[in-house]
Amino acid sequence: MASLITCPHCGQRPKEEFTIKGDAGLARPAPDAGADVWYDYVYLRDNPKGLHKEYWHHSSGCRRWLIVERDTVTHKVHSVSDAALAKLGGAA
Amino acid sequence: MRYSALSVFLNGLRGNKGWAPAWRQPQPKPHYDVIIVGGGGHGLSTAYYLAKTFGITNVAVLEKGYLGSGNIGRNTTIIRSNYLLSGNNPFYELSMKLWEGLEQDFNFNAMVSQRGVLNLFHSDAQRDAYTRRGNAMRLHGVDAELLDRQAVREKLPFLDFDNARFPIMGGLLQPRGGTVRHDAVAWGYARGADSRGVDIITHCEVTGIRRENGRVVGVETTKGFIGCGKLALAAAGNSTVVADMAGLRLPIESHVLQAFVSEGLKPFIDCVVTFGAGHFYVSQSDKGGLVFGGDIDGYNSYAQRGNLATVEHVAEAGVAMIPSLTRVRYLRTWGGIMDMSMDGSPIIDRTPIDNLYLNACWCYGGFKATPASGYCYAHLIARNEPHETARQMRLDRFARGYQMDEKGVGAQPNLH
Repeated sequence: MASLITCPHCGQRPKEEFTIKGDAGLARPAPDAGADVWYDYVYLRDNPKGLHKEYWHHSSGCRRWLIVERDTVTHKVHSVSDAALAKLGGAA
Repeated sequence: MRYSALSVFLNGLRGNKGWAPAWRQPQPKPHYDVIIVGGGGHGLSTAYYLAKTFGITNVAVLEKGYLGSGNIGRNTTIIRSNYLLSGNNPFYELSMKLWEGLEQDFNFNAMVSQRGVLNLFHSDAQRDAYTRRGNAMRLHGVDAELLDRQAVREKLPFLDFDNARFPIMGGLLQPRGGTVRHDAVAWGYARGADSRGVDIITHCEVTGIRRENGRVVGVETTKGFIGCGKLALAAAGNSTVVADMAGLRLPIESHVLQAFVSEGLKPFIDCVVTFGAGHFYVSQSDKGGLVFGGDIDGYNSYAQRGNLATVEHVAEAGVAMIPSLTRVRYLRTWGGIMDMSMDGSPIIDRTPIDNLYLNACWCYGGFKATPASGYCYAHLIARNEPHETARQMRLDRFARGYQMDEKGVGAQPNLH
């Protein structure tokens, strides 16, 4: 993996500036969705070998939550976008 | 062939021409009673105990690479049983007891060295937490000693005792903890299993799991279809990949953990010592190199290599604990893929598929567990019921609300 992550707000920054939360592909269920659905959301993971979207927090930079799309085999970073803006459907 | 001082002597007289390979290179048979997926430490020890203790010898171990190419050869070789929780402690203590008799048991020199494992503490709160863990260990019959600052200073005078932010106040010592030559563990178990009839088939990757009427009937591999009565997964960081083939979704993220060796130094660390103010653990090998490690890199990974940021971070933690390391050079680093679970504890259990068994979620504590993991897994496979010490290591504990979270971190795998 490149040691640099291109933050959409700050540009190329060293990886150490970021805190990694993990899988960004999980959709938070409704509060009353039931135990099975919540179990799935909290505990089960696709854990793909290949492309993976993750939440990374630029904790020592702009402090925005980002979505980093990486390859878990080659460590290549394919895209970085702002999580909130991406969810609003705007230009991430 | 049984290894002994006499056999070394006699073979020396005969120009060392009498040694045979330690295990065969068999072609797969069409069908086995048990197939174990993964020829690492846990898979090989499972095969060994299945054959030796439980009398099941029609067993194959399938390994996609060479034998011991995964985490069994990529760890920092530490063994210990200093766990807090009642679901973990007796299991790791069983493992420690098996380590203690292992070399005689499988007639192979694994260089088991019970040099002690010392966890440093740096605050009153941390001392209290370590005292609690030490008491829990002693209640389970495990050796634990709380050392004060002076006792630690006498043992390891070169530590940074007067660090302004993290002064060393003492440590929790498990004298029976230590290190083991990791590759030899794989070789010893492989040899022991092979000599009892187990087929160890390397460079044979499982590509599919064939099911009929809700049961596993065999596996598709790069060497063709192989049928089995029972299928046992022990694939560590690749557990998700093989479980996917059976339609199982696991509470696992795969992460890369790096380990490091320094250039050779004169002997100066005679135990395993861990930093309490950061994540760093170190021992010194018989060759003189420091063997050490720290945190996982923190991102999902299936690559057996890590990132330089972590290399630097581990070095910083090491220097914070032992300032004299500043001019020591790294010799080698390598990465292994950890099956990080949602509570930091392992799974040895049946699955919703009747004849499919799961051994996974070792996070980065798998090496020390190798003997007990194999023993308990073999028990489960042979008798279809969990070994007494592994009965809380259930796959469904997350759904039922019985996590075994030693650190109280929650369902965040990269923090375990």
